[in-house]
Amino acid sequence: MTSTAATSHVLEARNISKSFPGVRALQDVSLRLSAGKLVALVGENGAGKSTLMSVLAGVQPPDRGEILLDGTVISFRHPSEARRGGIATIFQELGLSANLTVAENIFLGEEATTRWGTLDYAAMHRHTRSLLARMQLDIPADAPLHSLRVGQQQVVEIARALSANARVIIMDEPTSALSQGEIESLLRMIKELKAAGVAIVYITHKFEELADLADEVAIMRDGRMITQASYESLTHEQIVSLMVGRTPTATHARRVRRSTKEPVLCVKQAYLPHPSRPGDYLVRNVDLHLCRGEVLGIFGLMGAGRTELLETIFGMHARRARLDLAIDGREARFASPAEAVDAGLAFAPEDRKRDGLVLDMSTQQNATLACLGAMKRWGLIHPALETECARTLLQRIHWRGSSLREPVRNLSGGNQQKVILAKWLATRPKVLLLDEPTRGIDINARNEIYALIEELVAGGLSIVMVSSELPEIMALSDRIMVMCQGANAGEFAADTATAEAIMTAALPNSTRSRA
Amino acid sequence: MNVTILNTPSVARLQSLLALALMVVGLGLMTDTFLTSDNGWNILRQISVNLCLSVGMTLIIISGGIDLSVGAVLALSGAVAAGLLKQGIALPFLGVHLDFTITGAIVSAIAVGAAAGACNGLAITRLQLPPFVATLAMLSIARGLTLLWTGGFPITGLGPSFGFIGTGAWLGIPMPVWEVLVIVMLAALVCKRTAFGRHLYAVGGSERAALLAGVRVERVKLIVYVVGGVLSGVAGLLVTARLDSAQPNAGLGYELDSIAAVVIGGTSLSGGRGSIVGTVIGCLIIGVLNNGLFLLDVSPFWQQVIKGLVIIVAVALDRFGAPKGRAG
Repeated sequence: MTSTAATSHVLEARNISKSFPGVRALQDVSLRLSAGKLVALVGENGAGKSTLMSVLAGVQPPDRGEILLDGTVISFRHPSEARRGGIATIFQELGLSANLTVAENIFLGEEATTRWGTLDYAAMHRHTRSLLARMQLDIPADAPLHSLRVGQQQVVEIARALSANARVIIMDEPTSALSQGEIESLLRMIKELKAAGVAIVYITHKFEELADLADEVAIMRDGRMITQASYESLTHEQIVSLMVGRTPTATHARRVRRSTKEPVLCVKQAYLPHPSRPGDYLVRNVDLHLCRGEVLGIFGLMGAGRTELLETIFGMHARRARLDLAIDGREARFASPAEAVDAGLAFAPEDRKRDGLVLDMSTQQNATLACLGAMKRWGLIHPALETECARTLLQRIHWRGSSLREPVRNLSGGNQQKVILAKWLATRPKVLLLDEPTRGIDINARNEIYALIEELVAGGLSIVMVSSELPEIMALSDRIMVMCQGANAGEFAADTATAEAIMTAALPNSTRSRA
Repeated sequence: MNVTILNTPSVARLQSLLALALMVVGLGLMTDTFLTSDNGWNILRQISVNLCLSVGMTLIIISGGIDLSVGAVLALSGAVAAGLLKQGIALPFLGVHLDFTITGAIVSAIAVGAAAGACNGLAITRLQLPPFVATLAMLSIARGLTLLWTGGFPITGLGPSFGFIGTGAWLGIPMPVWEVLVIVMLAALVCKRTAFGRHLYAVGGSERAALLAGVRVERVKLIVYVVGGVLSGVAGLLVTARLDSAQPNAGLGYELDSIAAVVIGGTSLSGGRGSIVGTVIGCLIIGVLNNGLFLLDVSPFWQQVIKGLVIIVAVALDRFGAPKGRAG
């Protein structure tokens, strides 16, 4: 590789760094793409793949580093500039407009016009038909997009990339929503694109798709590019172990737990149908049990159905979901989260700002939101009681903020998470559902949250914790359940589990092991 | 008293108070008639109906909704009260004719408002209609029912005892002012000191966060629309009693004045932020403006233009002073 001159690369990213408030998303990342070659970009959730992609697509400018197109340094101020430069991106969530037709979508932003300034539908349809024929997609050019299946929409998205004469196509898990037949025709199309000299970045978790597709593999971890090597030179096992890295020295020492064998939460046959795809399930036949004072970790990749499982248990999808639930051995059925709270459940969601907090309210008001009933005198909220209650709660979680009246919006991620935990302490829950408890939280606050979790567990609380971070899940859990594509893909005892075994179970269609 | 209500900076409140004060001083200097006690009571009496509607509107907007049906529900409840009081109602299948006392008519009007509000709330929570659509439909339905009930003609001659609630006075203060004062104080108390009030802000601020915190979101929404309907019913009684007549097209366009008052008062149309005190100031600003422009002999056509400009200026000022939402 080193002998190749830089100019032979269609697109090259050199030493790209990018930070967001509190998070260093990319550190010194380089990536080289050559004409007609496919680079598989792999890494755990949060490794920085999506950020790298959005930098290449011109969605976000890098803080440092440069991007070279055909050996020339360029900077994109807008995604349309990247598109004009021949870089097309196919995001996981479709970036198309459902109410426009296939042809209108393909030409969106680049509409062909007649000399009178009106849309030249004849030309657009002609061009669209030839594109669709090339991709063996038998749909009319004037069909509205929403009438197509998801897989067909994906192909339209690729057609859009081709129509812009893209020389670089970046695909983010393009097969995640496709059926087997559609996957095959997509893979066939990718081979044709390669033959036509298009450079491709292919982000995926499904290794079996790479077999006769990938030329190179680029592995990211913790915002860094670990290696970019030829695909043949690495086995799948080696790729997995590079993805997880060596287990970092745990910053958190696991304490001895006094977990009992008393079951506190028992879930049997949880199913959550997909809201728009009939016959598809976001959660599929998941069983789960939790004993008092135990931490059950749930690991899985993006879209494995972990959050949906927690939401299902918490009564958020009462109209769609099916499950048998027992709390303390007694059967339960929740029509709403309010009923789940009454039964002793609590839920700290992944997206704290959107789902966990009312940002317009103060710290105190957020902390007392779930227990307003306890602060009433003559049916009215008693201000002194409320302040007292909030202060006690926040002390218990070692909250260190300036003022109870501080808008919760202004707090750091760690303090926001603590406010959410304080809110739930007030309801004296039996089971706490924790979704990505340290996402976006800096390392010090992280350790505080870990210590807090230990403290709560020592106090008899039982926790189901979803996390994308292997070290975190391995350090905190008593047992680890791995989810993959909505189903339980394996369960491990924390002291015998290895990072490699867990990651292997989390990858779709790979050999699963049970411990 | 603590002026900071739910992070609305007291500056924003001060701005609208300052604007009101400036208007009062300015109009006092420009006319001889503005700063008289008669005119003061006059303004308060005039704004009482809008304030009554706007209190309900404030609660609904704080919860993240909107109610376009207030004017039409006002007309329907007023007409029902007037009709029942005047003629009672015949129930042919029972072979009886029910006559209504004043109390009975008042209770009926409020029940009609509550029922309309409940329909709004159910359409929004059960049928999942956007509040704009559900209450727009109710606007049309209530106006149509009013025309059906009255046959398109005013119902007049309701008697002085009924008229007392709209035109009477107690301790020198007009009855509508007393009535609306009680409503305002109750609503302010609900907002600041009850779990229901807190839940309104939570639902308006982030419905998902409220739901996940165990707030019974659908129940909160249903109740707030019923409260809005009840207050429209009360406003209908005020209007009918003051005019001694129920007009089939009473309350036409009142929803817009009400939303204007709420917005001028610093309540955010996107929900989660706002206060009853702000709405009182908003209503006063609109009332003083209408009254002042009338005294200055400004053409009513211009009055509308000026009112529109005031809305823009007030809300722009409020935006300027409000805490900026941070992305992501």
